[in-house]
Amino acid sequence: MSAATTNQSNTGQPDTKVPAGNNKAPQPPAPRRRNSLAKGHLPRFAIPGIAAGSLVLGAAASTLTGFSVATMAIYTAIIFVLAASITTTAVEGPRRGKNSLATYLVYGAFLLALVPLASVLFTVLEKGLPGINMHFLFNSMNGVTGAVDNASVENGTPVIGGAYHAVVGTLLITLWSTIISVPVGMLTAIYLVEYGKNGPLARAITFFVDVMTGIPSIVAGLFATALFAVLFGPTARMGIVAAVALSVLMIPTVVRSTEEMLKIVPNELREASYALGVRKWRTITKVVIPTAISGIASGVTLAIARVIGETAPILVTAGLANNINVNVFGNWMATLPTFIYYQIITPTSPTNIDPSIQRAWAAALLLIGMVMVLNLGARLIASLFAPKKGR
Amino acid sequence: MSKRIDVKDLNVYYSKFLAVEDVNIEIQAKSVTAFIGPSGCGKSTFLRTLNRMHEVIPGGRVEGEVLLDGDNLYESGVDPVTVRSQIGMVFQRPNPFPTMSIRDNVLAGVKLNGKKISKSDAESLVEKSLQGANLWNEVKDRLDKPGSGLSGGQQQRLCIARTIAVKPQVILMDEPCSALDPISTLAIEDLINELKSEFTVVIVTHNMQQAARVSDKTAFFNIAGTGKPGKLIEYAETATIFSNPSVKATEDYVSGRFG
Amino acid sequence: MTTNALRRQGSKGQAGDKIFSGAALGAGILILITLFAVAIFLLIQALPTFSANPALITGGEGFVSYIFPIVIGTVIAAGIALLIATPVGIAVALFISHYAPRKLAAGLGYVIDLLAAIPSVIYGAWGYLVLAPALVPAYQWLAENLGFIPIFAGPASQTGKTILTAGIVLAVMVLPIITSLSREIFLQTPKLHEEAALALGATRWEMINMSVLPFARPGIVSAVMLGLGRALGETMAVALVLSTGGLIPSLIKSGNQTIAAEIALNFPEAFGLRLSELIAAGLVLFVITLAVNLIARAIIARHKEFSGAN
Repeated sequence: MSAATTNQSNTGQPDTKVPAGNNKAPQPPAPRRRNSLAKGHLPRFAIPGIAAGSLVLGAAASTLTGFSVATMAIYTAIIFVLAASITTTAVEGPRRGKNSLATYLVYGAFLLALVPLASVLFTVLEKGLPGINMHFLFNSMNGVTGAVDNASVENGTPVIGGAYHAVVGTLLITLWSTIISVPVGMLTAIYLVEYGKNGPLARAITFFVDVMTGIPSIVAGLFATALFAVLFGPTARMGIVAAVALSVLMIPTVVRSTEEMLKIVPNELREASYALGVRKWRTITKVVIPTAISGIASGVTLAIARVIGETAPILVTAGLANNINVNVFGNWMATLPTFIYYQIITPTSPTNIDPSIQRAWAAALLLIGMVMVLNLGARLIASLFAPKKGR
Repeated sequence: MSKRIDVKDLNVYYSKFLAVEDVNIEIQAKSVTAFIGPSGCGKSTFLRTLNRMHEVIPGGRVEGEVLLDGDNLYESGVDPVTVRSQIGMVFQRPNPFPTMSIRDNVLAGVKLNGKKISKSDAESLVEKSLQGANLWNEVKDRLDKPGSGLSGGQQQRLCIARTIAVKPQVILMDEPCSALDPISTLAIEDLINELKSEFTVVIVTHNMQQAARVSDKTAFFNIAGTGKPGKLIEYAETATIFSNPSVKATEDYVSGRFG
Repeated sequence: MTTNALRRQGSKGQAGDKIFSGAALGAGILILITLFAVAIFLLIQALPTFSANPALITGGEGFVSYIFPIVIGTVIAAGIALLIATPVGIAVALFISHYAPRKLAAGLGYVIDLLAAIPSVIYGAWGYLVLAPALVPAYQWLAENLGFIPIFAGPASQTGKTILTAGIVLAVMVLPIITSLSREIFLQTPKLHEEAALALGATRWEMINMSVLPFARPGIVSAVMLGLGRALGETMAVALVLSTGGLIPSLIKSGNQTIAAEIALNFPEAFGLRLSELIAAGLVLFVITLAVNLIARAIIARHKEFSGAN
């Protein structure tokens, strides 16, 4: 190591990379002038050095209290943030000290937030993948009892029973809630933007749509139950009740996103259409909605993604079934979320819960897959159907 | 295919606010009439009352009569949609429908109303309208491309073609060149000169040279002050308005002393 | 004038206008009627609870003493969630808007939106099967070393299924909400304010403190309130994670209950008076979340008026 490089790092000057060709014939560089703007800065190696030191101290502290990766990470992080900020304060002054403390805390918060979220995704993938197979996808839980699960654990045979009935239930209930919500939601948004013009009725509707946005999902379930209880008696639990409950959650989302999209359609287009002697309803259906359709469609897709994973309203409206039921107007119905919930909370075989847990995670993976596909689909729709620009 | 417009004692309101007061004017068929005046004098508002477009804005209403060849636009039982299909309008900023191709933009007035039109009729209507708007040669090879891909001046001519395709009696133009460059403006002005052989054209413009170049008669609107209604000050042959106006305010305006 | 040609042309197609505007109006009114009717139905179904003999209500002392501990439990769980999620959520939003490299930031914003869409039952399952067992040693440590503080009084739960775990799961769930709303607000900070601060020689943190945070304060408050509304109404995470019981001060023992979980756990087997009780509990939850949401929206609305000048 030449004197020159030592000198360089002492000044804390960011190294200007020496071109590769020069490396072969190192010339003694002239002593570098200290850049006055770089005065009073920590040398570059200081922060990585402190980090390494903190890691050692953190590991040591963790060993004292019984070693674990979690405690080591926590101790290291605390020691590093304190040491690095104090050093910066000492060398560069309190303002920069505070700045680096804030920086480390922000980065730390981000890493901290990643831990549970990554853990959720990792767990679902790790535990869900083994359970996903053709048998799981295309069979229901009909006839799968505790004895069946016990047998498969004792004999080490594959887990019997699947989520087909729950997938069918989820798709049907979501389909019906979409059938209810999209027309009601879109027409309401059209009323608010094109007809209501901020009149008293429009303001009342806006207010109550806001109220609906804040309804907890379990209360939405109770709403639907109470409604059908009055109409069909207290034990009316079937798919359509769940669909109505989900609609209560979905309609405000559809209204909001449609409203936003209709509002950004330039008024000039409406005027252009009127000036051609086109009627208002045709202007709305043929000019305004086509212009906004990409945004509306992606909003609707996101709304579907939101309700497809709802559990609580299904619990109180559609009950739980083990068999395949394609009739939303009769009998209990299973959905993926309730399937997951019941497999965990009341395992099919109380003595051997592993098959149930495996089915639950597989169903969770399936559900997350659906939600992700819908979210990505929403993005795709938004970009594919956006009004075309260019020649 | 061209009708005259007579306006009698027209007051235009937005809710309670009187925007334009007591206008009387006769607009000849197959002529170009220009409305000039300072900003906010109500010339655009008045123009929009000529095909009931001002009703689109909440609270917009009128008192008085607007007669299209003797038929009152505002008589009860008259459908604004019928009025607008006879009196078309071109706007300040070109506004082709972004979701439609050039061809569909021209056919918009027909198709949006759900009228059936045979393919050959549609083709000839598209060609005729685009030729009428001096745009055919520029776009005939890309009729299926989106209208929003055209230049500003081409888009404005596309909007004119779209208006012509409905076969109106009158075409209203609300500062059609204010968003365009000088060359595109010239193209539109040439087009206006050709349009008057078939249509009655009424144009609102900020540009007095433009009014002098394109119009047969000119109406000068003015406003007494903020919050006061706009009024028609003087209406005469364009040459008279610009060389020998009878009202002092008109002379001040056209000579550039205010506005 | 009887010969008005415009009139003779008729008004073909006007029916379409009437039908369409009628349908739009009808949809809007349908929402109002549904909400109104359903509120009435809920009230009718809940009424027996209030008129019944207090001894017949669960707990035997009337509805108020039945619902009170659960309301407190709900507030505790949501409070823990916000205590954790607010600082972390805001910091993550700052990271995405002002610290992360630009290319990374766009992707991260999208990932956060995806995380907000993960169904709650999956967070619940994760809390039940992964987080709760992992937290047991931490709870034991807390009980041994900080047990003199009532909220950490031992003996710690051996399953980890405590209100603190439920609160942490709720925090993980509301974190994406707080983050994505705050991030949007942070990105709206006028660039000129930020540049003015930097031009005065401010460090990055001073710039954020001087221009970003003051601008975003009402937005952050409303984001937190919306997160609170979500945490209060969240059912599945708590129903799965919490081993329920009576109201106790310790956060690391089994016990406590929230309204939403109470309904979900008991509704499938409920009938008669119990059903009314649960529906009444749902009404209470609805009123609480409604109040929280309305306050949040009021803050947003006021904020909008102010920022309109920008």
